[in-house]
Amino acid sequence: MSLFRTELRRLTKRRFTRWMTAGGLLVLALIVVGLVITNQKIGPDQWAEAKRSADQQHQEQVQWAEQERANCERAKATGEDVDHYPQDCADITAPPRESIEEAWFLPSTFVFRESFDEMLIPLAGILAMVGFVVGASFVGAEWNSGGMMNLLLWRPKRLTVLLTKLGALLTGMLALALPATAAWFGSLWLVANWRGTTEGMTSGAWQSFLLTGLRGVVLLLVAATVGFALASLGRHTAMALGGAVAVLIVGQVGLAILLDMAQVRFAEAWLLPTYAYAWMRKTVTLQDWRSCMATYTGECKPAILELTWQHSSMLFTVGVVLFLGAALWTMRRRDIA
Amino acid sequence: MPAVLEIEGLRKTYRSRRRGTRNALDGFDMRVEAGQVHGFLGPNGSGKTTTLRTLLGLIRPDGGRMTILGHEVPAALPQIAGQVGAIVESPQFFPHFSARDTLSLLASAGEVPVPRVDEVLELVGLRDRAGERVKTYSLGMKQRLAVASALLKNPKLLILDEPANGLDPGGIREMRTLVRNLAQSGMTVVLSSHILGEIQLICDSVTIISLGRRVAFGPVDEVLAQHSSGAVRVRLEAVTDLPVAATALHKAGYRVSANPDHLMLAGVDKPATVTRLLAEQGLYVSELAPVAVDLESVFLELTNTAPVPGQHRQVDQSVRVNGAESSAPTAGGWGA
Repeated sequence: MSLFRTELRRLTKRRFTRWMTAGGLLVLALIVVGLVITNQKIGPDQWAEAKRSADQQHQEQVQWAEQERANCERAKATGEDVDHYPQDCADITAPPRESIEEAWFLPSTFVFRESFDEMLIPLAGILAMVGFVVGASFVGAEWNSGGMMNLLLWRPKRLTVLLTKLGALLTGMLALALPATAAWFGSLWLVANWRGTTEGMTSGAWQSFLLTGLRGVVLLLVAATVGFALASLGRHTAMALGGAVAVLIVGQVGLAILLDMAQVRFAEAWLLPTYAYAWMRKTVTLQDWRSCMATYTGECKPAILELTWQHSSMLFTVGVVLFLGAALWTMRRRDIA
Repeated sequence: MPAVLEIEGLRKTYRSRRRGTRNALDGFDMRVEAGQVHGFLGPNGSGKTTTLRTLLGLIRPDGGRMTILGHEVPAALPQIAGQVGAIVESPQFFPHFSARDTLSLLASAGEVPVPRVDEVLELVGLRDRAGERVKTYSLGMKQRLAVASALLKNPKLLILDEPANGLDPGGIREMRTLVRNLAQSGMTVVLSSHILGEIQLICDSVTIISLGRRVAFGPVDEVLAQHSSGAVRVRLEAVTDLPVAATALHKAGYRVSANPDHLMLAGVDKPATVTRLLAEQGLYVSELAPVAVDLESVFLELTNTAPVPGQHRQVDQSVRVNGAESSAPTAGGWGA
């Protein structure tokens, strides 16, 4: 227990942990500020303004139609090339007023029920990135600075040391994620109250938010574990960060281009972010626009591939088992020079 | 006296597909008795640090047996780690933590009482700089911090690898006094160093390693005596008698080298026979002094690492097994 407390203390004392956490929270705060600036509460004034805008647009459409009709009649009378006009110029009419919806002219508003689920994705993404980098640095810097060797002189049980470090890291990440998620919820609830609406919340919606939030926390823990394991394998923070950059740039961007050139079906299914997105959204539907799935009515629809959070969970499990297993194995077997 | 540390037949082999096989430790033996300050000497690349790392469980041995405080290691390391303080090679600490933070975290991990941190900081002279980040420390200060971390547990066995590295002359003297005081308090100290004068001054016994094998061991005096060349300096009342004396001694089988005011004899078992021989020739000795060897010369002789004018010795060019012969260069030590 003393080792766990020590490692937790070491984690929180590290400047890198503090700066990365502060950086991640700052980005989240900026997103909230952006939402406050770009959204407005909808009231009678906004509806009146929207009606004015709709009327104005209708008037513009009427004037335009009249002018075009006049142009059409003039062109036909002079025998000009009138291919782009209908045969009967009277067909050029303005849309009816009711087809221009006033809602189109309303300012952006933050509807908590519709938006919060989506807004949990940037929270999870930023926290997962912080988790990955902090996890990698936490053990990588220890290896690099000789701290791990010092610690092993005090606690010669290698696996216990590594797993305790990981436990401390994950506890620290949970201690970051839970209040951060609560603060995110609170901030967006305030934004909705001030610049939108919180109406329409049902127990089902709350449950859905809770589950999405939980999946976000799991994503953070997975990212932190993989970063930790990679840095431990390479005994350097750069191993994890370099690996991540390589995977993202070469493995993802490069692979995406290659798959597109090769016209592979459902190319996104080979890309990691798709699985992270599927994990958070529960389902991602990929479509193959080059295929035709005929319906009874003879309509041609693209073939679809549905990726669910269960697929993602399998991928995450395999990744964690593989990387962490390798890190533990090398910790046990390799000399510490 | 009971042995605090015993190593028998320790082997460690490094294999590389490109560079072949190298025996870093080739059946190495060592014994350190309780309460001693034991010097552990060897040229660069001879296996000193590999031995210490293996002993402390950082490197897995390929063979041999090791015990610390009567327990087989590495199996029993978790039980005895609290009684063994060690610094291995150059001190390495997280650069952004202060010395106090560094020691405090180690103390917390090892369940050492917090006041001990200030005690050891005082002991190594870092009390007033303890709040500064380690990255601002000089090599000598980092060395002091490393020693402090090793002392934190108040260990029964203290292993110090090059503790004087980077220390100023005052610091070296302080380190010497500290080690002696620790030994007097009952702590056993194993000291690996290249400052052989220091080792000779503070160590009770030594082990010399070369190319992964022990080439000499025992109390310092005995090691020196075993490798003394029996050299004797002879001065006569009349300097003019030196040539006659040289001839007489040479005829008696001594190896003599003449100097302007004295003679140097080698291989003298009993200096009294020299006096008697010269007196019989009517030559009267004014000084007959055995020439003492120091640890450095013994070390250089045993490890065959004395510099030779015009040659550039490579790191693994030192004495072979049993100190009998010099090894040929082995392509940097790999491929043996």
